[in-house]
Amino acid sequence: MSSLTSLTLKAALDGLAAKTFSAEELTRAHVGAIEAARALNAFVLETPDKAIEMAKASDARRAAGDAGPLDGAPLGIKDLFCTEGVEATAGSKILKGFKPPYESTVTANLWRDGAVMLGKLNMDEFAMGSSNETSAFGPVINPWRAEGANTALTPGGSSGGSAAAVAAELCLGATATDTGGSIRQPAAFTGTVGIKPTYGRVSRWGVVAFASSLDQAGPMARTVEDAAILLTSMSGHDPKDSTSLPVAVPDFASFVGKSVKGLRIGVPKEYRVDGMPEEIETLWEQGIAWLKEAGCEIVEVSLPHTKYALPAYYIVAPAEASSNLARYDGMRYGLRVEGANLTETYEKTRAEGFGAEVRRRIMIGAYVLSAGYYDAYYVKALKVRRRIADDFEQAFEKVDALLTPTAPSAAFALGENADDPVAMYLNDIFTVTVNLAGLPGMSIPAGVDAKGLPLGLQLIGRPLDEGTLFSLGGALEKAADFRAKPTKWW
Amino acid sequence: MAIDAATVRKVARLARLAQPEETLEETARQLSGIIDWIEQLAEVDTDGVEPMTSAVAVTLPMRDDVVTEGGDADRVLANAPKRVGDFFVVPKVVE
Repeated sequence: MSSLTSLTLKAALDGLAAKTFSAEELTRAHVGAIEAARALNAFVLETPDKAIEMAKASDARRAAGDAGPLDGAPLGIKDLFCTEGVEATAGSKILKGFKPPYESTVTANLWRDGAVMLGKLNMDEFAMGSSNETSAFGPVINPWRAEGANTALTPGGSSGGSAAAVAAELCLGATATDTGGSIRQPAAFTGTVGIKPTYGRVSRWGVVAFASSLDQAGPMARTVEDAAILLTSMSGHDPKDSTSLPVAVPDFASFVGKSVKGLRIGVPKEYRVDGMPEEIETLWEQGIAWLKEAGCEIVEVSLPHTKYALPAYYIVAPAEASSNLARYDGMRYGLRVEGANLTETYEKTRAEGFGAEVRRRIMIGAYVLSAGYYDAYYVKALKVRRRIADDFEQAFEKVDALLTPTAPSAAFALGENADDPVAMYLNDIFTVTVNLAGLPGMSIPAGVDAKGLPLGLQLIGRPLDEGTLFSLGGALEKAADFRAKPTKWW
Repeated sequence: MAIDAATVRKVARLARLAQPEETLEETARQLSGIIDWIEQLAEVDTDGVEPMTSAVAVTLPMRDDVVTEGGDADRVLANAPKRVGDFFVVPKVVE
């Protein structure tokens, strides 16, 4: 049954509709693949019993002629999404034992449409990281390895478990979240497709908060069409999230395969950064050529404040995180480490429960928000954020979408950047601008480097114009004809 | 260095994070590295720029001030580290 796990989501849904196989058979194949792939450490919690139960219910619905758009599709859920009664960790020790008594809107939408939950996926602690090494449960290992090498590579982060599980064919698709690049960079590192939609497209309700003005959930999948099918299901206005946009959700899959002829594509000159590997530069040129051949017009644009996006992000995101993570005080859920008094209990609980990177970001956030520094750092960063958003707005007067590389390198070895936080932060140099401006961004696997490791290209769109990204993503996918797969070693 | 050991002690206190004395210097060095890198924002001319406080320009919606959920103490308390009856048990706050 192993071939069932190699299907695209679309092909699997077609197979289920044609009754070529049952949801239970499809789910059991994935449960088996997950059990055999524990060396990847992609799942922090496998829920095989729940999966089989949901699959049987799906088969019953289909037999009754009542199947939803995702009925019977086995998915992985990033462990930042609360699912009722199933332990949620956010990759942290501080949520130890926490079983949410509620369901996130995104997962509720997926179950409404018939999807099956395989388990919870590993991630950087509270989504803070670009390599999965900040997870309290150990890093996910990238299923990809450089040719002729055994070195363990990072799947990227923070959605490393989602990326690895999709790439290793442990699920047909996965939920993920992106605050500064956490969907797109792992997608690039694992040869998968990931889209961070427009801020407000997807409800944040029931998703553990990192930086609320930047956080946005989205899907990871093996094809552009699969990502479109999943995003359609995940999206929609939700009164429980006051920043959720009251707009209709198009059928995103209907945009895949549409002609991109006549679209104007911006190439931002500031994204040619020093020290970028030549292979990434070449791939970018190739992407430009592919879109030209597809009938697009290429326009050079300028986003002059690009280099200030990361430093601005590292004020805004930690500031919001220090505020959001104040709730973990050991009183109502999760870990509690007793001290001599209330304050000491807070301090011990938080020092023991949070890992080093999370503590670092809480400290940065508390510092830039503290009296005397608020205007100099926090308000300054919000003004720079406005400049960055204005850059995009001006560019979108001339173009319909932008094309850039997704990440400045291919997947690197675990441990390689561990001692230098700023070097690690630079991974998000091409992705973080999109979060600051609230725009949709998608990563598409477009080629491999000299060592056979996947590389991604990023498309950036106007607010709420994910449809154009899916058309362009489909065109790039077709031109790139990316068929490489990781060689199974696990 | 932007941040010294005394500042680390103060910020750790504000953030309610126990910070052992012997880690103050190393933490100060790490945080200073990040803050020094952030300082480049000073180069950006932001005169007259309105701070961007939300990712999309929408007015937050109002809803009717009515109870939509509640009366379910067991679910609220289900994850409590310590519980007595329908109450969370916390360390003594007032001596």
